[in-house]
Amino acid sequence: MSTFDLAEAVLLGILIVTAVAITRARSLFVAAMLGGLFSLVTASLFVLLDAVDVALTEAAVGAGISTVLFITALALTNSREATTPRRRVIPAGLVAVLATAGLVYASFDLPGVGDPDSPVQTHPITDTYLRESQEDLHVPNTVTGVLASYRGYDTLGEVVVIFTAGIGVLLLMLGPRRPADEVKDRAYLQTEYRVLRVVSKTLMPFILLFALYVLLHGEYSPGGGFQAGVIFGAGFILYTLMFGLAAVQRVLPMRTLVVLVAVGVLIYAGVGVATMALGGGFLDYNEFNPGNPSGGQVAGILLIEVGVGVTVAAVMVAMFYSLVRRGVRR
Amino acid sequence: MTALDVASGVLLLAGSLFAVTGGIGLLRFPDFYTRTHAAGLMDAAGAVLILLGLLLLAPDLGSGVRLLLIAAFLLVTGPTATHALAHAARNDGVRVWAEREDKKR
Amino acid sequence: MLSAALVAILVAMVLALARAVVGRHLYDRILAINVFGTKTVLFIAVVGFLTGRPDFLDVALVYALINFVSTVAVLRLSHYREAM
Repeated sequence: MSTFDLAEAVLLGILIVTAVAITRARSLFVAAMLGGLFSLVTASLFVLLDAVDVALTEAAVGAGISTVLFITALALTNSREATTPRRRVIPAGLVAVLATAGLVYASFDLPGVGDPDSPVQTHPITDTYLRESQEDLHVPNTVTGVLASYRGYDTLGEVVVIFTAGIGVLLLMLGPRRPADEVKDRAYLQTEYRVLRVVSKTLMPFILLFALYVLLHGEYSPGGGFQAGVIFGAGFILYTLMFGLAAVQRVLPMRTLVVLVAVGVLIYAGVGVATMALGGGFLDYNEFNPGNPSGGQVAGILLIEVGVGVTVAAVMVAMFYSLVRRGVRR
Repeated sequence: MTALDVASGVLLLAGSLFAVTGGIGLLRFPDFYTRTHAAGLMDAAGAVLILLGLLLLAPDLGSGVRLLLIAAFLLVTGPTATHALAHAARNDGVRVWAEREDKKR
Repeated sequence: MLSAALVAILVAMVLALARAVVGRHLYDRILAINVFGTKTVLFIAVVGFLTGRPDFLDVALVYALINFVSTVAVLRLSHYREAM
């Protein structure tokens, strides 16, 4: 058994143990953090399977932002899970067993990993994507090429989904402010955790710069708009956690965020409209530079990645703001 | 086996030893504060050693710089996090292990 | 030697997981998950070198960052409950 097989076996075992631990945890804080651990292990498995872009997104979203948002929401409410009544345990267990059996039965139809007869290997479109993406697009990272150019319309749908989710949360959480929610700009937490504050303040520019790097480098290495937006959001969430809502709103007020949530989608769709105005189809980046189509492709991909990054970052930070505004207190 | 390979192997071995020892300490130490010792120190040390070992195997400048960045980041944020944790636990009144308690059992 | 390091990292991950599952206090678990995150960063870096694809290092850097932000968030929101 090679080292990779051993690593995969161990990681899968850790997944099972973590899943059991999550169901048994009575404190929801612990469950949320173990969920973050679960995402970390899943991302490691993705890396072992050579799917690096997915691993990057899973790490950033599943292990980072999701955990932080869960914990913030838990801090606002009761964070201990009620005991399940005795009479519900048997039917619940039955549902779980049946669902698992169904999934396992379905998994027998999946092709084996690396199977040469699987549709992924035999269908001509795989070859097309892999070969022609280099000729047409000159974008070394094929994942970004497929996501942003060949399947650009689907990605527009994804951004709109994130946009809708953000609007939904904001509609729910942004009511008229009650007097109790007034955030007083006071010098607080003077000596409590000076070390953390200094370190966070020093790290902030690097985190934001790294987000920009991931965005711009998405065409050459694993990365892209989604991951960059999430990292950017994580940076601002860190700042909010350390310095408070009043301080961070001097840099990035809620009004700006609400506008930015929409601006990202507008940029993306705007690119599509611009290409139509230039005479091509919707999201046909070749029109940007008719003499040199691959140059147009690079420009188009960059623009839509910026749009995706802006919306994702704005939605993450806005959701965090809206949860924290409710007054996180003991 | 060039000298670089040998040096990298030594660093990797040392780092692995630190990592495993830290893990064992995390399980075996009697109370929370001693566990932060095991976790914080051994974690950061093991991580930096392993990353330095990888640095000697780095194929190009880009990977080398990234490895150094990761090592610097872990070195700064690891001990900070454990410090903040220990501070918070102390404020919350997590009990410090005293030898008498153990002898009573 | 890289494979030996990988096995050692896996062992450390399992040990940290044991503490996260058992842990008597919330703080034990936060500590264990922080350690687990750091070990994952190392895991990714070593796997990247074993497969000859150092692009993975970007992923490792993101993990390190996310690990830190998560730990800070849990700490701030479960202990230092001052109004933000």
